[in-house]
Amino acid sequence: MSLIEVIDLHQKHGEQNTLKNINIRVDKGETLALIGPTGAGKTTLLRLIDLLDLPTSGKIYFDGTDVTEPGRVRLEARRRMAFVLQKPVVFNTSVYGNIAYGLKWRGAGKNSIHQKVNSVLEMVNLSVYKDRNARTLSGGEAQRVAIARAIAIEPEILLLDEPTANLDPISTSRIEELITDIVNRYNTTIIMATHDMTQGQRLADRIGVLIDGEIHQTGGSTEVFTSPRNREVAEFVGIENIINGVIAASKEGVVAVDIGGKVIEAVSDYPVGEEVCACVRPEDITLALSPAPTSARNSFTGEITGVVSVGALTHIKIDCGFPLIALVTKRSAEELNFEITKRVYATFKATGVHTIRRD
Amino acid sequence: MTEIWQGFIKAIELIVSLDPEVMEIAGRSLIISVTSALLASLICIPLASVIHFHYFPGKRILINLIQTFFSIPTVAIGLFVFVLFSRAGPLGGLNLMFTPTVMVLGQMILITPILLGLTISALSGVDKTIVDTARSLGASGFQTAVVVLREARFAVMAAIIMGFGRAISEVGIALMVGGNIRGFTRVITTAISLETSKGDLELSIALGTILILIALMVNFALNRIQQR
Repeated sequence: MSLIEVIDLHQKHGEQNTLKNINIRVDKGETLALIGPTGAGKTTLLRLIDLLDLPTSGKIYFDGTDVTEPGRVRLEARRRMAFVLQKPVVFNTSVYGNIAYGLKWRGAGKNSIHQKVNSVLEMVNLSVYKDRNARTLSGGEAQRVAIARAIAIEPEILLLDEPTANLDPISTSRIEELITDIVNRYNTTIIMATHDMTQGQRLADRIGVLIDGEIHQTGGSTEVFTSPRNREVAEFVGIENIINGVIAASKEGVVAVDIGGKVIEAVSDYPVGEEVCACVRPEDITLALSPAPTSARNSFTGEITGVVSVGALTHIKIDCGFPLIALVTKRSAEELNFEITKRVYATFKATGVHTIRRD
Repeated sequence: MTEIWQGFIKAIELIVSLDPEVMEIAGRSLIISVTSALLASLICIPLASVIHFHYFPGKRILINLIQTFFSIPTVAIGLFVFVLFSRAGPLGGLNLMFTPTVMVLGQMILITPILLGLTISALSGVDKTIVDTARSLGASGFQTAVVVLREARFAVMAAIIMGFGRAISEVGIALMVGGNIRGFTRVITTAISLETSKGDLELSIALGTILILIALMVNFALNRIQQR
């Protein structure tokens, strides 16, 4: 049985539908990442799951019990969960006092609180700040206090809303390590919202893509990142080459997609005549200055129209008669002297092309 | 001018020598006003929490009404309490007229709007995410209210001190329902009023100085609290 089951959940704020027809099941011990752009409804959904708000319609089952309607059962269910909000909120008391709150509210004894708080403080590596006022901590430290406060009550479900938003890379890495540690130690079920798709990929067993209040796709990270179900998901998961076309031919699972005079070959089951989008991840495209022997079925020549470096990688925009974006290392871009107006050969495999039916 | 100056010198002597009459009046003023501030707090803080944490029709109007009563004249409350507790009044049978008890009651009525209004403001000033965090950690409605009050504690304490300041400085209620009875209901403000009318400026100035000193201490405490 699923620990959390959300059925046909809808949420309206005024006339606006913030969540539409949400259906999710999360099993015990599972980590689900809800990824989606800012404003997609991730926080709204987490608040509903944590029973902080009432849904407009739909059902939420916690461990088999319907907890949708107001009543004592909601408080009891909420006490088996913990929610770490996006903005690290700490009470105006010591770090120790902050972590002890949830335990006090559950009627824990002084000794048991003392033991638990100290052990959690050690786990989050904040023992030295035990007596310090939590309001004086940095953003990353405050977030660790918020997580420590949540795990001190040993929740069956831990809800994390953008746990590393606005944190520096070192603090982000520490929080991610902490989340992994929590999963390993307590086998806690985690539902986390993040707009950072790679974080979802690193931490979650399963990913749900929430866009404009709707779950567009759920599945393993590989499935979501390489086989997006629709154009919106493809765009969100970073597929920069989404080219409209029509299946012109199909043979033994390989189709030829006519993209307006040119043909892209892809592995697909769609029939001839189907209107599709051919999706190619920029990192699956190989660039060369001259035609080289290759097993890749797709090879196009074009002119570089843009070069943008981001960290150790460089995005190369090419006009092949249709726009194409490739991703190469900055070192390669420099060695091959990729610059605007230069002609290059772009190749990619048929297996690297994912086709999506156009609505 | 000389008279005022001499009165001021004499006032300092009365204070420094801890004149028994001055000390007795000042002590009574403090006891009555501290009691009324504390008792009003016991009623107003929970009541303000109930108003803040619940949504009901007319809530905004009620808060506006409470804020309007911040500046109600003390004589109006004095009159109301007088009518209530005078021999012919509905509570006349309690025989509380011209006692410190009825003065406490009157001052409580006076400062209730201030305490209620400022406590509601203090609670409204607490970040909404504190409520969400408390609830998400499993706090019940009551536990959430307590944690929010705790977060607003400095502002709530400031409200109590403001209430105390208003109580100790009022004269209308103390005079009308206390009766300014020497050794029983005479407080600083009523004594100043009486002694000035009798022409005894020295005692008036001494008591006035003590009142200003108390106001100074209240302000000092308020500033310290607000700086936290």
